[in-house]
Amino acid sequence: MTVESTAARSTSRRSGTGGKRATKKAASAPGDAGSTTGTTAKTAKRSKPAGSKPAKAAKTAKPTKAAKTAQPARTARSAKPRAAGQGANGSAGPELVQLLTPEGERVEHPDYAIDLSAEELRGLYRDMVLTRRFDSEATSLQRQGELGLWASLLGQEAAQIGSGRALRDDDYVFPTYREHGVAWCRGVDPTKLLGMFRGVNNGGWDPTTNNFHLYTIVIGSQALHATGYAMGVSLDGADSAVIAYFGDGASSQGDVAEAFTFSAVYNAPVVFFCQNNQWAISEPAERQSRVPIYQRAAGFGFPGVRVDGNDVLACLAVTRAAVERARSGQGPMLVEAFTYRMGAHTTSDDPTRYRRDEERAEWEAKDPIARLRAYLEKDGLADDAFFASIDEESEAMGKHVREAIRTMPDPDTMAIFENVYADGHALVDEERAQFAEYLASFADSAESAGEGR
Amino acid sequence: MAAAATSTTSTTPASPDAAASGTPDVRKMPIAKALNESLRSAMENDPKVLVMGEDVGKLGGVFRITDGLQKDFGEQRVIDTPLAESGIVGSAIGLALRGYRPVVEIQFDGFVFPAYDQIVTQLAKMHARALGKIKLPVVIRIPYAGGIGAVEHHSESPEALFAHVAGLKCVSPSNASDAYWMMRQSIESDDPVVFFEPKRRYWDKGEVDVTAIPAPLHAARVAREGGDLTLAAYGPMVKTCLEVANAAQEEGRSLEVIDMRSMSPMDFDTVQKSVEKTGRLVVVHEAPVFLGTGSEIAARITERCFYHLEAPVLRVGGFHAPYPPARLEDEYLPGLDRVLDAVDRALAY
Ligand SMILES: Cc1ncc(C[n+]2csc(CCOP(=O)(O)OP(=O)(O)O)c2C)c(N)n1
Ligand SMILES: [Mg+2]
Repeated sequence: MTVESTAARSTSRRSGTGGKRATKKAASAPGDAGSTTGTTAKTAKRSKPAGSKPAKAAKTAKPTKAAKTAQPARTARSAKPRAAGQGANGSAGPELVQLLTPEGERVEHPDYAIDLSAEELRGLYRDMVLTRRFDSEATSLQRQGELGLWASLLGQEAAQIGSGRALRDDDYVFPTYREHGVAWCRGVDPTKLLGMFRGVNNGGWDPTTNNFHLYTIVIGSQALHATGYAMGVSLDGADSAVIAYFGDGASSQGDVAEAFTFSAVYNAPVVFFCQNNQWAISEPAERQSRVPIYQRAAGFGFPGVRVDGNDVLACLAVTRAAVERARSGQGPMLVEAFTYRMGAHTTSDDPTRYRRDEERAEWEAKDPIARLRAYLEKDGLADDAFFASIDEESEAMGKHVREAIRTMPDPDTMAIFENVYADGHALVDEERAQFAEYLASFADSAESAGEGR
Repeated sequence: MAAAATSTTSTTPASPDAAASGTPDVRKMPIAKALNESLRSAMENDPKVLVMGEDVGKLGGVFRITDGLQKDFGEQRVIDTPLAESGIVGSAIGLALRGYRPVVEIQFDGFVFPAYDQIVTQLAKMHARALGKIKLPVVIRIPYAGGIGAVEHHSESPEALFAHVAGLKCVSPSNASDAYWMMRQSIESDDPVVFFEPKRRYWDKGEVDVTAIPAPLHAARVAREGGDLTLAAYGPMVKTCLEVANAAQEEGRSLEVIDMRSMSPMDFDTVQKSVEKTGRLVVVHEAPVFLGTGSEIAARITERCFYHLEAPVLRVGGFHAPYPPARLEDEYLPGLDRVLDAVDRALAY
């Protein structure tokens, strides 16, 4: 008699929750790793030279990280159907600002008009295609072991390009870890985004060069940084705007609620741009809110609007309006871009454990790039030569990214001690010196093993 | 049978039948599975035990520690929470006040800090403020420490920040058997326990006897006997220290390895006994050395064993620097070479 079956019987009697044990599945295989853990291809490790301490050098070998994080295939489980009109998503009815339908039809909205030249429209198309290409390239680089992890933006190109292109150079962006499309709009070299995912740095770009802050992994923190930055903008009497990106999951964090409070109280020129991609890892948006997220703004005293997050025109128009509002001293605004995370949460995630394939298929039909292309083609705003040139550029981008990653240098060991403080610190200096001496002892293989200091 | 419905003792066997029959039920499993089995048995034994956290339901947690629990115990007892750590711990406190025994999961070490206020100002002190009239049996599970090549905030060792706070107990298992039993005991504890899970060791297998009578939760364990020097460690570094002892043996040195298991309270007696024998102590942890738990061990053992010590107590651990990017973690983390270096230095005195 196994322990489980005995105990399961008693559980079912005591609490009424048992009786389902017959269907119990074996636990996940070892190595079915976490949301953000990953494999990092590493170069050979330093070890004491064989002559000096042979036994030890051999012992330092570890199993490869790939072995620990390989993911077995899993079968899909049926997800509970969502109740329409309930929870964070509500009905995606008239409240959703849309200027371009999934079929590529231009429609008008009473509050948000947009008039773009053919060239501007083609520019948005190019941005989205290149962003997607960069993103898929990064995903395959992760599969090849070049990156430890990647957080794909697949499906969210319109939300990011539309909002990103609404900004001026002097505006300031506070991203999450998924804003590769916004980074593109800000002119950040895409290959710079790969450093932290490869594990060579914890940031990798100078935020002040493009007014694009570092990626923030701790969920929701950056909403307050954006608010404070915006408070500074007002104190300076400047007319820049600040934009904070965050997700549906992040909307639950205290930091985000506090950012709403502060920005409202100080009338700070900040736009809260929430990409509701329906999922926070395995939790659907209904787990985070019982009202549509944009409606939360009202309780804090500023407007909120929901926009079709797969419609680049609507995202651009609404963000422009929000940014203008901020510039003209009218305070914060919340934009909820209603979109979908087409891929896994990250390359470490296995969405078949918690969501239905059909859901993804429904959103596939709302693809942001396909609808803009349909519009461009239908209205004769772009010709074959244009699309061919974008394809070419996309290929070149892929090649560039692959080359960049392979030539990306590993950090120097002593970088551990760099930039810990702006003004230096005695303990860091001491530990740096000790560690340098320790490392040097390996080079000095003539020294006998047991000799101390 | 009736005894199994309560959770008052730390020796309640997972299976009453197996215990009654007196036959050991030993199974080999990885630490991750041992934790899963432990949660399962605790939930079976006590209907007040709840599991809550981000993605602990269908997904089974990002490390699958809660795999299958929601399926078997339902959404009322295995609760996917909103993405808010202060909310998770704060509401767990309320549930505990209402008589539940919440086991909350913090997804990664670096994400516990939104909850730090609730843990330090509320959870740790409430029992004392209520003159002992209320109990806070909350377990906070934190997968911690490095070695898995992750991005930042996923590899940290913040145990000293919790062990420093009176009112909290802090433990960390190093093997499957301890993972199983220490989790059971933590859940049965009427005090809040911060339970640090060595994430890079999740897949290490070991034998678990679910019918055994476990050692007390806060007792250290001599993991390997030796006479020349004592290594004290806990969590992920125990394995490293055992490897060090193996390597040292090939050089003719006999190292004793102590698995501290608990960082608060700490079992100084076991370390003292060992150091009185060996005369030398090296303390190893991944966390930064400066003001780390190793500093406390070094100070106490120096006080207690001054006349037995042949060398100063040495500490090996992290630096006073942020946890580095993944490609530097092998250099940053105390490994075989760095511990052996300290062993050499201690023995050279
Ligand atoms: C404070 C904190 N808690 C937990 C995590 C682990 N985590 C990383 S991403 C994520 C889900 C985020 O969901 P959402 O805000 O919707 O953003 P998305 O990933 O969908 O873009 C979680 C729980 C974290 N990074 N920070
Ligand atoms: Mg999301």
